[in-house]
Amino acid sequence: MTATSEHSQAAYVATQAADARINVELQTGDMTLNIGPQHPATHGTLRIAAQLDGELVIRAEPIMGYMHRGYEKLAEVRTYPQVTTLINRIDWLGSFANEVPFILAAERLMEVEAPPRAQWIRTILFELSRIANVSLFLGDMGVQLGALTPVFFAFRDRERVLNQIESLTGGRFHPNFDRIGGLKDDIPRGWIQETRDVMVKMREFCDEMEDLLVGNQIFGARCRGVGVIPREVALGYGMSGANLRASGVDWDLRRDANPGLAWDQIDWKVWTHPDGDSFARYWVRLQETREATHMVEKLLDGLPSGPVMAKVPRIIKVPEGEAYVSTENPLGEMGYYIVSKGDLGPFRVKIRTPSFNNISIVPWVCKGVYVPDVITILASLYFILGDIDR
Amino acid sequence: MSEETASGETAVEEAASAVDDARDAAVAAITEALGDGVVETHVDPGQDVWIRVANASWQDAAAAAKAAGYNYFSYVSAIDWMIAPEGRYEDTEFDDPIEESENTTKLPEGSGVAGGDTRFQVLARVESPTQHIGITFKADLADDMTIGTWSDIFPGADWHEREAWEMYGVTFAGHPGLRKIYLPGDFEGNPLRKDFPLLARTVKPWPGVVDIEEIPEQLEAQLEAEVMAAFEAENPSPEGSA
Repeated sequence: MTATSEHSQAAYVATQAADARINVELQTGDMTLNIGPQHPATHGTLRIAAQLDGELVIRAEPIMGYMHRGYEKLAEVRTYPQVTTLINRIDWLGSFANEVPFILAAERLMEVEAPPRAQWIRTILFELSRIANVSLFLGDMGVQLGALTPVFFAFRDRERVLNQIESLTGGRFHPNFDRIGGLKDDIPRGWIQETRDVMVKMREFCDEMEDLLVGNQIFGARCRGVGVIPREVALGYGMSGANLRASGVDWDLRRDANPGLAWDQIDWKVWTHPDGDSFARYWVRLQETREATHMVEKLLDGLPSGPVMAKVPRIIKVPEGEAYVSTENPLGEMGYYIVSKGDLGPFRVKIRTPSFNNISIVPWVCKGVYVPDVITILASLYFILGDIDR
Repeated sequence: MSEETASGETAVEEAASAVDDARDAAVAAITEALGDGVVETHVDPGQDVWIRVANASWQDAAAAAKAAGYNYFSYVSAIDWMIAPEGRYEDTEFDDPIEESENTTKLPEGSGVAGGDTRFQVLARVESPTQHIGITFKADLADDMTIGTWSDIFPGADWHEREAWEMYGVTFAGHPGLRKIYLPGDFEGNPLRKDFPLLARTVKPWPGVVDIEEIPEQLEAQLEAEVMAAFEAENPSPEGSA
């Protein structure tokens, strides 16, 4: 061992010791870092006030309300058909899925049942909404972690699904297509074959995402073991949807509490993952998207014929009563508690949105993680701002 | 109202002749745990369960539900049963101020499923991920607008209670920090109370009223018949009326 290397070794040790001393002696105060309101990881205007000790997050508190629109109040001064226009804008990436539980709750109170064909088309549109919504997440998760390409693929391929939704309903984002008693219109000519082609493309997209991200070493290192949420905690916070299934809870409202749509008439699989970390949440969503494409194909195969609208009075008055109907939306359990007094409009609508509960776990799960992991966790919990701030 | 609910319930059960074992068992489990705390229950066979508990038993209800396997928390919210003094439709009276003392008066219209004696009620829902059914709990709120918190039992209730606090003014005793969640810090009032005016609606009647304006009864019946005739011509249904 030469003198130079001995010297450099000693210098290294001395520097380390000095660093350690400084770290002990300097009482560095906690720092508060605002993540957002304008940050790509927040998908809109959510602010996370994070209290930091060095790189460690001691406390993270989401601050929202920047987009609160008061839909529960507004729904009280509208008629039932007018309310669906509003609730389209709650989760704007999967709008049709928002309408379904509200309409089903109103139908339950009115004791009206939509004809089978309407129920099947509703289910198809519901699953198309899921694919359009979650495919964006599948690409977006890459952006949050520094991989830019997946999101361009996601936008490219999501457009195909939106085109199908548009050619059936007339609206890309806000279809407002569901009616009490059925649907506004029937399927146009050629739509079924086009949709089948799109489903094949979407499966290719899922494969692409799997190749790009799931097998990627950096993606694995950033996601595996980050933001682990145990089963009991997830249930206590009311997490739902893929987030809950990624924590190992085998519960899907489509299978277990089907409020009347066609899910129980086709063969499909509920995906779960035991790990509960960010990777598990990504993986479950990826599998669910692929499953949804198969579901759409099976639904198209079995589509019954008949009318798409039941006999419903032209002026809709919902009889007095209360009903809560929830469905498994792209983001989780979305439910409406409708209180009716027999009027043209609802007396009270409680909107139970999935993202609100899914995000309420952030203070718990972000305690003691590093700052970059906050971004991973937020991205993997996957929320839509309109769904939190309704 | 309670007699009406009870008779309505039996009528439904007789008509459907469906006994919902799982939901009856849920009611039995909660009743056993709470005893006199359960005020009224209502089961819609195959659909839903409502259990109204006494204000003092609110926290026990959450604990009992969790112990009975209902460990998935859905939401906590509140209802204001007062009829809104203004703003619903064009012909509504606008100058009908509400007096503060009306808080606990029983409203003539009744308070919905499982009844209620006060203007404000809290409601909450828990679900069982194994039995796949949910229970909606309700409790009355007296003039002090206070009830125990659920956030010790279900941590997810924390934010929902903050929301109910700012929207209705319900105080959840024992909550770790009742702060505004959606509204700006200096906002005054509780917007979801029925006597909180929806300004946009008060200033200018909603254009939507055009859609629901009165149609003469005769014309209405005629239009209805035309629509139905057209419908039946298009879709002849063998079972008759749906």
